[in-house]
Amino acid sequence: MSAPLLIEQGLNGIQLGIMLFLMAAGLTLVLGIMNLVNLAHGSLYMLGAYFAASLQQWTGSFALAILLAVPATALVGMAIEMVTLRTLYSRDHLDQVLCTFGLILFLNEMTRILWGGLPLRMTLPPALAGTVALSGIAYPAFRLAIIATGILVALLLYLLIARTRLGMLIRAGASDRMMVGALGIDINLLFTLVFGLGAALAGLAGIMAGPLLAVQVGMGDGVLILTLVVIVIGGIGSVRGAFVAAILVGLIDTFGRILLPPALADIGIYVLMAAILFWRPQGLFPAHG
Amino acid sequence: MADAELASAPPRRAAMRSETALLVLGLAILVLAPLAAQLLGEPFYVRLFTRIVIMAIAAVSLDLILGYGGMVSFGHAAFVGIGAYVTGILAYHAASGEALTTWPIVIHGSQNAFIVWPAAIALAALAAFVIGLVSLRTTGIAFIMITLAFAQMLYFVVIALQKYGGEDGLQMSDRSRLFPLDLGDRLVFYYLVLAILVAVVAFCRRLVESHFGMVLRGCRQNERRMRAIGFPTYRYRLAAFVIAGALAGLAGILLANSQNYVSPADMAWTRSGELIVMVVLGGMGTAIGPVLGAAAYLLLELLLGSFTTHWQAIFGPILIVIVLFARRGLYGALAGRPTDG
Repeated sequence: MSAPLLIEQGLNGIQLGIMLFLMAAGLTLVLGIMNLVNLAHGSLYMLGAYFAASLQQWTGSFALAILLAVPATALVGMAIEMVTLRTLYSRDHLDQVLCTFGLILFLNEMTRILWGGLPLRMTLPPALAGTVALSGIAYPAFRLAIIATGILVALLLYLLIARTRLGMLIRAGASDRMMVGALGIDINLLFTLVFGLGAALAGLAGIMAGPLLAVQVGMGDGVLILTLVVIVIGGIGSVRGAFVAAILVGLIDTFGRILLPPALADIGIYVLMAAILFWRPQGLFPAHG
Repeated sequence: MADAELASAPPRRAAMRSETALLVLGLAILVLAPLAAQLLGEPFYVRLFTRIVIMAIAAVSLDLILGYGGMVSFGHAAFVGIGAYVTGILAYHAASGEALTTWPIVIHGSQNAFIVWPAAIALAALAAFVIGLVSLRTTGIAFIMITLAFAQMLYFVVIALQKYGGEDGLQMSDRSRLFPLDLGDRLVFYYLVLAILVAVVAFCRRLVESHFGMVLRGCRQNERRMRAIGFPTYRYRLAAFVIAGALAGLAGILLANSQNYVSPADMAWTRSGELIVMVVLGGMGTAIGPVLGAAAYLLLELLLGSFTTHWQAIFGPILIVIVLFARRGLYGALAGRPTDG
């Protein structure tokens, strides 16, 4: 493999990894802190993309679409949390799986009713539509922007969790929910906020996927499963693990596609997952114990 | 303890009675309704009942690990898909005359059920063994996700099989041959499928009441304690996982034969979700709950689908309400008996 191709595919892999990280970070927080399996996380990704596509059509501005679509997805996420998911925290995982599976069916179908069955397209502003010359290769500027955004978000998330009072509560909630509640913290509010944060990140990933892929119903389902693989590899509840695993999965998936025969390309990451779990059933960076 | 048992004896007997009544009624409907439909010239309903019974077999097999074993497997459709694809691929090679493999041994295609069906079941069991070997090392959320991921992997494998239709699926020219039965006859095929369902339900019932089943149920209630008294729980759960996978493979064989077509959609992750819904809807950890659940799910799909193509927008909230407020399932509501657990 030549050097330019290696760089290009490496960047593609990192870009996919960054998208997966945005999805996985929110989902792993929800899992780690609230002990909730949320299969509808992929639907939030889809909603983020639809909001952005519609907002871009109305306002004509890509930046404005992103700025409005992220909080809109967060609000929808928080509304879903308050209406249905809140009652599920005390239930077993099976109930959570079923309930959020029902949510997926509902959200997918509502999206189809509201936006129609045809895929929407998002267009990039001129500043992001071109390419950037990188040591001999012309790399799409938008993909670089995704990588930059993702790294920025990862840094902010790290600062939020490690340095702020909210982050402290999140970490405390992950290790002992009951005790945090007993110390007078409004645990319901905390959960809603964390869920909103996860929804915002999923929405952001969906928005960034919009110009790369078609915005269509069910676009979140495939991403959801990749995200679950990332979380399982990284260790449930660990944001750091999610980051490492996301980049790993992104790179292996991308290189698998060019190095392996087509029949095997899609299964590379699952083999990776099986191997890692056989070796470490808790994942790479287990959050608890 | 003894007092509690005495006190619960009369209601329990009543529950047994209504349970038997439910069983007889259900079986009568399954035996007579398709016959009536055929006589009235409504083959659509024969096909519907065939589908219900096949999905019921898959749901019963899932209940073995989900209801009795407490393993939330989100990849059960993969085993159904393996059964279906083995049947379809062998039929494809039988029709084309081209050998499936030439090295190290020559394998020819076949339509003979006595060869194809055991092969398909064995392959589904083998897949369940390998997947179970890795997934059962984890529990809880990780187990759900891993079974889902493995099923998705197999889904991508069949999509990549361009020779066998890839995403479009594989058409079968003919049903399997099961001498002396004529499976091409709609009604003969239906009654064969129904007989298999009855056998599978009876088998699962015997299994959960056996020593093996007691250990399995014990694992669900408290695995650590079972390990402490000396049971190799991992092996017991793996055995249950393999049996469930093999039975799901059997359902897949029948599914392929019923629609003369196999498609990746038969093993999509949403299908695994639907199977879980059927089990829970009917009543987990009960012998015939999954059968009720499969019937209810497919009939509800048909009913809602006749109102609107967007039936999932209605079904989703129904599912949420059922999960939140009616956990006993249909079986619990009809037979008035709490489910096992």
